[in-house]
Amino acid sequence: MDDGSLATVLLAMFAGAIRVSTPFLFVSLGECLTEKSGRINLGLEGTLVFGAMSGYALSFHTGSPWIGVLGAGVVGVLFGAIHGYLCKLPKVNDIAIGIALMLFGTGAAFFFGKAYIQPQAARLPSISFGGWSDDSAVQQALEINPLFIIGFFLAVAMWWAFKNTRWGLIVRTTGDSTAAAVALGINVDRVRLIATSVGGFFAGVGGSFLSLSYPGSWSEGLSSGQGLMAVALVIFARWNPLACFEAAILFGAAGALGPALQSVGISQGYHFFNAAPYIMTLGILIVAVSPKRSLKGAPAELSITK
Amino acid sequence: MSIAAADQTQHDPSSKGIGVETLGVTKRFGSLVALDDVSIKVRPGSFHALLGENGAGKSTLVKCIMGVYRPTNGQIMVDGREAVIPNPRAAHALGLGMVYQHFTLVPSLTAAENLVISRANVPGIVNWSREHADLEAFLETTPFKVPLDIPVNGLSAGEKQKLEILKQLYLNQRFLILDEPTSVLTPDEADEILGLLKGLTDSGELTILMITHKFREVTGYADDVTVLRGGQMVGSGAVADLSVEDMSHMMIGDTKLREAAARAETSVPALVVELSGLNADDDEGLPALSDINLKVHAGEVVGIAGVSGNGQSELVEVLSGQRDRSAGQIKVYGANYEPVREKMDRFKVFGLSEEPLHNVAVPSMTVAENIAFRSFDKSPIASLWGWLHPAKMRSQARGLITAYRVKTPSTEEQIENLSGGNVQRAVLARELSGDVDILIVANPCFGLDFASVAEIRAQIMEQRNQGAAVLLIAEDLDEILELADTVAVMLEGEIAYTSPIGDTDRRAIGHAMAGAH
Repeated sequence: MDDGSLATVLLAMFAGAIRVSTPFLFVSLGECLTEKSGRINLGLEGTLVFGAMSGYALSFHTGSPWIGVLGAGVVGVLFGAIHGYLCKLPKVNDIAIGIALMLFGTGAAFFFGKAYIQPQAARLPSISFGGWSDDSAVQQALEINPLFIIGFFLAVAMWWAFKNTRWGLIVRTTGDSTAAAVALGINVDRVRLIATSVGGFFAGVGGSFLSLSYPGSWSEGLSSGQGLMAVALVIFARWNPLACFEAAILFGAAGALGPALQSVGISQGYHFFNAAPYIMTLGILIVAVSPKRSLKGAPAELSITK
Repeated sequence: MSIAAADQTQHDPSSKGIGVETLGVTKRFGSLVALDDVSIKVRPGSFHALLGENGAGKSTLVKCIMGVYRPTNGQIMVDGREAVIPNPRAAHALGLGMVYQHFTLVPSLTAAENLVISRANVPGIVNWSREHADLEAFLETTPFKVPLDIPVNGLSAGEKQKLEILKQLYLNQRFLILDEPTSVLTPDEADEILGLLKGLTDSGELTILMITHKFREVTGYADDVTVLRGGQMVGSGAVADLSVEDMSHMMIGDTKLREAAARAETSVPALVVELSGLNADDDEGLPALSDINLKVHAGEVVGIAGVSGNGQSELVEVLSGQRDRSAGQIKVYGANYEPVREKMDRFKVFGLSEEPLHNVAVPSMTVAENIAFRSFDKSPIASLWGWLHPAKMRSQARGLITAYRVKTPSTEEQIENLSGGNVQRAVLARELSGDVDILIVANPCFGLDFASVAEIRAQIMEQRNQGAAVLLIAEDLDEILELADTVAVMLEGEIAYTSPIGDTDRRAIGHAMAGAH
């Protein structure tokens, strides 16, 4: 590999990292918020897929991709609210509900989405940051989608809000000690319902990115488990929104590895490189989890850490 | 007046302690009468102790005062006026606050965050520089000092307890209920905190109602005392007018306690258990035990004292096979020992633990099955092909239930339906009915009534007298002082102090527990 193609690969990975990381970023921020309040929502995979489908459908019917994004978020709120409501019922396990909602979300998306596989919907525009360069490859790499930028600011805002706002303190309290939260007069179930719903909003928006920006069309194999990988990502990020951002970039870069290598003609092991995010997920879980110690930084009320 | 008091409604150091009275309070849960016509009077600015056994109704009474329960009958007077307290929020509004036995702080939040979140009017966006200035000013008005900026899970038990009390003062609660506030503290920490609280009541700033079962704290700090037994008020008065004997008689009534078994002289000091260089990590992967060296001889009780969280539970887990050790050896009679079922059987190793229902019993299995845990896979219960004989299991259980006076409707009752004392007796029956060479005991009397405590301690002493090597891990210093031949103190995962019981006393052990030599 000569220097030119190495630069091409790196540039392609940079661009790919930003593109591929956006859904990871949104789902992981949603999951981070939900888990900070003491619940795990594995259903975000379903929210992601259903968000992708409904965002695409709305964009197709209204002609506005931003209405699609918003609609996908609203659908996510609905999914989150179902999870939050069911989990407050006695003897209900949040993980089981999450799996049920994951299957329901993907199944419903496939069912309603059949009609939208063919038609072309309006896609999200991207913002050009590469005007200063004459190199078309650089210009292309710096075509950044607006959701990525929104996601970055969302991560910073969440990080700040967990420390500096009443809501942030309440969510952290609820996730860390139900007993303490109840003693403070906090309605624990309501906080978790709201956190899960807002988390669902983020995941829905992440889904709309898949169908409206990259890859940019609706198909049934769109998500390929990104919603579930985002759960591993939150563990890796130790429940810190800023670390979620970094981890999402890392996952994005891993996901961009295969296409980037292909762009310079290395197609050997293409499928292997495409599997990089999955291998990374496995690796992270092995490194992060040990039978001998508990997870550091985990909200104490999570059903997996209790 | 401080800045904190000037611009916030929370803390006002000029306000006075308030008085609380209950008049004929009765509380029924279905057919169970938890409180029967209880009247107590806590004077404003007094330090009032509430004594009683587990189940005497102390918690129910304070929960009625705090609005957690509504009394079935009777009235609660706050500052001389009848008060209706439908929920804890109403109690807080009246200036009543409670420090629970288990910390209600949020572990991952800092002390400052814990204080601010406890307020009723947390601003939407917290201005931390102003809050910090306010908190510093507030701390100036109290005798308690706690670091504000590290997460609560990094504080010592004493600091957490101070922070719990600070939280109530910060909220300007002028009547404080403390539920066994010293149970997780070293004697020195307990004395410090109770002394500071006593200062606040003496100056009239605060009224305290303290639930306790330690006479030392009652005679040392309280002005008045009320004793509850079986849901009834059985005595009340100034502490100065009552002796410890009077109070203990009020607490247990005419129940005959089993007499403490005499400590028999044991002659042959054969070395049975030897721990050498034992190391283990805690759940975070940090070292919890470092180089534990300990010897236990036949006919000896080695008592391990220490504030909880200094490695005792990890030590018990290593010895019972629930935690891997990272280095070191356990030797029994000079041979290497691994805590697995087969070796436990061969070396006759048995154990008792705190909260047996949680640790060493299966709650939803029957009493007979729980009693058979050590013997179900052996003759006569098990036959050659691994088939069990439930009838033989039941008849073995019936014998032990009688011998150890376990109160249960039948052998087929689920063990979780028994009272705490009876669960511990059933475990006692399982562990002590055979030949015991080694006994590992951890806080066996935690949460039990006096009669059960006396029974269990007598049984442990009996095993010692019969030549068992006993390792007793206890947070209750009185238990160590009563039973141990040799005292060891654990501090931060190390054995910080050892001494024959005859050469030491509560003070020396207490200092070692606190890390002072």
